[in-house]
Amino acid sequence: MRRKGFENAVELVILASAMTAIAGLFLIFIFIGKEALPVFFSPEIRDEAGLSKLFLAQAGPHPFSWQPVSLVPKYSVLTLFAGTLKATLVAIIFAAPLALGAALFTAEFAPDWLKEIIKPVIEILAGIPSIVLGFFALMVMATFVQDAFGTLYRLNALVAGIALGIAVIPVIYTVAEDALSGVPYSYKEASIALGATRWQTASRIVFPAALPGILAACILGFGRCIGETMIVLMASGNAPLMTWILDSPIRTVSATVAAELGEVVVGSGHYHVLFFLGTLLFVFTFAINLFAHWFVKRLQKKILGIT
Amino acid sequence: MIGRIFITLTGLASLIIVLFVLVILANIAHHGLGTLSWEFISSAPAHGMTAGGIFPAIFGTILLVLLMTIAVIPLGVMTAVYLSEYAPKRSALVSLIRLAIQNLAGVPSIVFGLFGLGFFIQFAGVGLDKFFFNSQIVFGQPAIIWAALTLALLTLPTVVVSTEEAIRIIPDSHREVAYSLGATRLQVVREIIIPQAIGGILTGGILAVSRGAGEVAPILFTGAAYFLPALPTKLNDQFMELGYHVYVMATQSPDVEATKPILYGTVLVLLLLTFSLNFTAIWIRSRIRKKMRALR
Repeated sequence: MRRKGFENAVELVILASAMTAIAGLFLIFIFIGKEALPVFFSPEIRDEAGLSKLFLAQAGPHPFSWQPVSLVPKYSVLTLFAGTLKATLVAIIFAAPLALGAALFTAEFAPDWLKEIIKPVIEILAGIPSIVLGFFALMVMATFVQDAFGTLYRLNALVAGIALGIAVIPVIYTVAEDALSGVPYSYKEASIALGATRWQTASRIVFPAALPGILAACILGFGRCIGETMIVLMASGNAPLMTWILDSPIRTVSATVAAELGEVVVGSGHYHVLFFLGTLLFVFTFAINLFAHWFVKRLQKKILGIT
Repeated sequence: MIGRIFITLTGLASLIIVLFVLVILANIAHHGLGTLSWEFISSAPAHGMTAGGIFPAIFGTILLVLLMTIAVIPLGVMTAVYLSEYAPKRSALVSLIRLAIQNLAGVPSIVFGLFGLGFFIQFAGVGLDKFFFNSQIVFGQPAIIWAALTLALLTLPTVVVSTEEAIRIIPDSHREVAYSLGATRLQVVREIIIPQAIGGILTGGILAVSRGAGEVAPILFTGAAYFLPALPTKLNDQFMELGYHVYVMATQSPDVEATKPILYGTVLVLLLLTFSLNFTAIWIRSRIRKKMRALR
């Protein structure tokens, strides 16, 4: 009888531990969201940093400026959004062709010995901490890009975007390669039997069949870029400028939180705005991940359903 | 003909990626190897970080991931055991837990940093101080325990996924034999599941340590410090850490040229640490897979 009681107690502990992930996600949302609420509901904070201050153009020569520690603090988060978007777009435009090309190559064309080189190398890349990539971008790439393109500033959206791109190559590659090699062999055999070349088979049969997975790979890469912090913090220049010029410095949402939270007065308008930014990051990446995984699942079902 | 060109292009894409990795590693090895010495990894910084070694940062990093491991391994293993051994098949709770783990893995690391500050320090820490220390500040401040717990949550998915993978390849017949002999579920877990999954647990733990040692954003506000005169000895001490050290030295040093050799040396140590961990994990994993193939 005592044995049974012990078993039940252990089962309870195991069940409780299994709830950690769910509890963790809930607590993250609640404890970050809670600190963001004053932006909506506290009259004092709204006066300083209400939604209209955050999202609408302000009077004066610089309608969208982020100056949280000036006499009259300005919190235009749109500037930061623009920074994040710019770095992310550069990163995806840079990384997607490389990662998808490599995925197609390893899944369809490469001989086995080459696969045995490319795959581990990309695994190594995935294992490089982002602080190291940020450091490399800051010390080496920035100088190289400046010499090559003659950019005005050493650290800018282009450098940060390329470094970010290198960081997400493994993410895009892994998911895309999974999707490509998941396409049933019978598809390829049928195509080859009809006289299609290897490229025709790859581009018109395998690639379209794996398209949802490939899109999901890019979406996951996009989400990872938006949340990535240390690389942009080190390589983007961190100046909150709102321009379409590619080689101007930028300040992203994640880098702003990382750089400013350490010195902020707890409970001030600035503090709550930073948590508001954190909440946005969390909600946005969460939605992107949910969507991408749902997409991949649908693809798996579709392919398994047909074969 | 056009096909050949496109195939070559995909090969070129692979080549460019491989070259990137080689250039990054070669650059860091080239500049860092000159600094690397026993002296460098065993002594404390001197002369405003322009001389001396990085021992406190190495010590802090190891202590940090050790504390993290103590928290994350039991939680991760029990989650995996629940999912594969205890939970009813195809229950809603199981899919919910899996979904949560998948999404936890996608939460940006800076968000974990905010969470560590908002939950561990200002809620748990300040709460502890209120109840046990007469509102003196003991745990309601950045500390190594809070940084370690934040990293534990961040690396939880790694441990769960790796453990589950190892449990999944245990043949059902092993469980059936045990149950038919009258074993209880706990006995099956203790005598059959855990011993056979130990390689997967180890792999997950090592990968988690490697990930944890490289993350900087989650520890920015939860306990890392640039320079401390003493090593951390208590759970509520602050600590120095390799990645954080690199970040501050690279971005806030008044004289980057003077700190450059030490900076590269630190990056190299960090890379060697994470790589050796990753390779060990990959090696163990491939050995398990081989053994499992042989069993079938």
